[in-house]
Amino acid sequence: MTEQIKVPTMAEYAAQGKQPEVLFFVGCAGSFDDRAKKITKAFVKLLNKANIDFAVLGTEEGCNGDPAKRAGNEFLFQMQAMTNIEVLNGYGIKRIVTTCPHCFNTLKNEYPELGGNYEVMHHTQFLKSLLKEGRLKVEGGKFKGKKITFHDPCYLGRANNEYEAPRELLEKLEMELVEMKRNKKRGMCCGAGGAQMFKEPEAGDQDVNVLRTEQALETSSEIIATGCPFCMVMMTDGVKAKNAEDNVQVMDVAEMIASAEDL
Amino acid sequence: MQYIPNILFIIALVAGIGYFTLNIRKVIRNIKLGQKVDASDHTSERWANVFRIALGQSKMTVRPISGFLHIIVYVGFIIINIEVLEIIIDGIFGTHRIFSSLGSFYGFLIGSFEILALLVLVSVIVFWIRRNIIKIRRFWKSEMKGWPKSDGNIILYFEMVLMILFLVMNATDVSFQEMNNGNVVSKYVASMFSGTPEGTLHIIERAAWWLHILGILAFLNYLYFSKHLHIMLAFPNVYFGKVVPKGKFKNLESVTNEVKMMMDPNIDPFAAPAEGATEAPSKFGASDVMDLSRIQLLNAYTCTECGRCTDECPANNTGKKLSPRKIMMDTRDRLEEVGKNIDKNGEFKDDGKQLLDDYITREELWACTTCNACVEACPVSIDPLSIIMEMRQYLVMEQSAAPAELNVAMTNIENNGAPWPYNQMDRLNWKDEK
Repeated sequence: MTEQIKVPTMAEYAAQGKQPEVLFFVGCAGSFDDRAKKITKAFVKLLNKANIDFAVLGTEEGCNGDPAKRAGNEFLFQMQAMTNIEVLNGYGIKRIVTTCPHCFNTLKNEYPELGGNYEVMHHTQFLKSLLKEGRLKVEGGKFKGKKITFHDPCYLGRANNEYEAPRELLEKLEMELVEMKRNKKRGMCCGAGGAQMFKEPEAGDQDVNVLRTEQALETSSEIIATGCPFCMVMMTDGVKAKNAEDNVQVMDVAEMIASAEDL
Repeated sequence: MQYIPNILFIIALVAGIGYFTLNIRKVIRNIKLGQKVDASDHTSERWANVFRIALGQSKMTVRPISGFLHIIVYVGFIIINIEVLEIIIDGIFGTHRIFSSLGSFYGFLIGSFEILALLVLVSVIVFWIRRNIIKIRRFWKSEMKGWPKSDGNIILYFEMVLMILFLVMNATDVSFQEMNNGNVVSKYVASMFSGTPEGTLHIIERAAWWLHILGILAFLNYLYFSKHLHIMLAFPNVYFGKVVPKGKFKNLESVTNEVKMMMDPNIDPFAAPAEGATEAPSKFGASDVMDLSRIQLLNAYTCTECGRCTDECPANNTGKKLSPRKIMMDTRDRLEEVGKNIDKNGEFKDDGKQLLDDYITREELWACTTCNACVEACPVSIDPLSIIMEMRQYLVMEQSAAPAELNVAMTNIENNGAPWPYNQMDRLNWKDEK
């Protein structure tokens, strides 16, 4: 862990008159949330290892606007979106990868109508393509044979029909994938979407993340894998609420690959 | 005198179809109260959806038991209705089983109808047991009390009675039984009538025949008053269903214009609007049914209250008040209320009510995680989420009535580009943190 990670910014690239192969849109959670920052770093380590020519916007990046839009504030959403689009288009960005399904969905589906047209990938899709092209190798290592369950982030799965990319990566780790009863198209939300992350839940008899965690624990997996920083927070809290943190870990698929490679 | 049955039949037929047409025109008028939407895109995909999801029932079978039973009732409904054609011709012209001259093919047709009728009868009884004896959770949610609960059962009783009448009608038809051509099920029913004098059999046969066709006309007219309109509206509804990724929410163009103006340094903020420029809408988001789109209103009429959406909803699963099915039922109830208001007053007169608060509470709207589970679950492509979103837009953009914590998050986004109070200049600090 002594090796310094390399994170070039778009500003640096532009100063040299170069274009990176792909822009890594880090997102607010990936930039500020302590747990999510680990996912960001794990993904960067993988990018470094595969010698990917990438850059981040750094301080020029702003919230993509998803929570504002889903809260009903279309004004704020569009202001965020247009500010980001101005920056992205100014740099001539063509391809974007994100470690957050919310950034992924918004950039991919909601920016085009506002003038932002990019090829947008979720990091599990990007890692899958690296594997396919032989630029990254993944072996099971310490995860081999362990039981794992995958929690589908709504904005990757149902919202964009991507169920296989994260599962294919887990398969490469030679783990035993045990599906929850509610998976893929019928996967259950962690409870964070639609700006719920930033407010108290309405009165009910249980928190959504606790119910979802119970479903994950039913698979008696050692690891709950996911591909979203918000699902990460919710499921981690859920595991704590069920006092299961000694036996069960919540991990992002990128962290698992990086960790299997001892990065 | 001998034409009296024919005349009575024609009167019943015209009255039955006429009254139904009248009510369907009301449905169309009410749907047109909604905002126009352009759905001329993705034509081939829309038709493919109609074939796969509506005709092919592809989403019904996600739940195998109810899906399988539903396919039997659906296929039975469509196929057995071919028999109605014969009944109508017989009724108008006073003939008896006019198609029986088709010979063995007629036997094949009637035989298939009889088998389907029996299967439908069994399926409908199983449906009734699931609703009333097993008490499957989704049929017993709070929005399913009173009329919605009775409605579900009345439909099942209608179908049971119609199928029994069809089989009795065939069983007591002496000449048909003697023909022994296609009476695969009814011959067993006929044995129950053995020993009954032919005159009595004839009376039973006539009674069953009349009750069967009158029952069909009554059922047809019942549709408008019940949740059962889906047998027709499911097809256009699936056609107009969402054809873009579920994660893509509608862009509010009126907002785009204003935001562009705000961000353009060269624009003169005091300039008079250009000639023919589209005016800003009277309001953002939706607080009543007239603010919703025609597709959303069609959604409301199409909903048959199966509750698969609510059964998959994470908020509902954890005891929150939100139920996507209730969103659709409320939208239809309010739309009907507005329709009746128009019937009475010639045009809509403000009744001091609206969809928001009087039907759908804010607590329900704010419990949604926008996870799309309800949209995915709907077997006929209804989108309750879009209504929730538009009502949130009204709350936030027209009333500034977001929950306090959300206002904090939104202020943060506005001021420092993240929902949390971190400085935008610190956005890359993670790079150097250990």
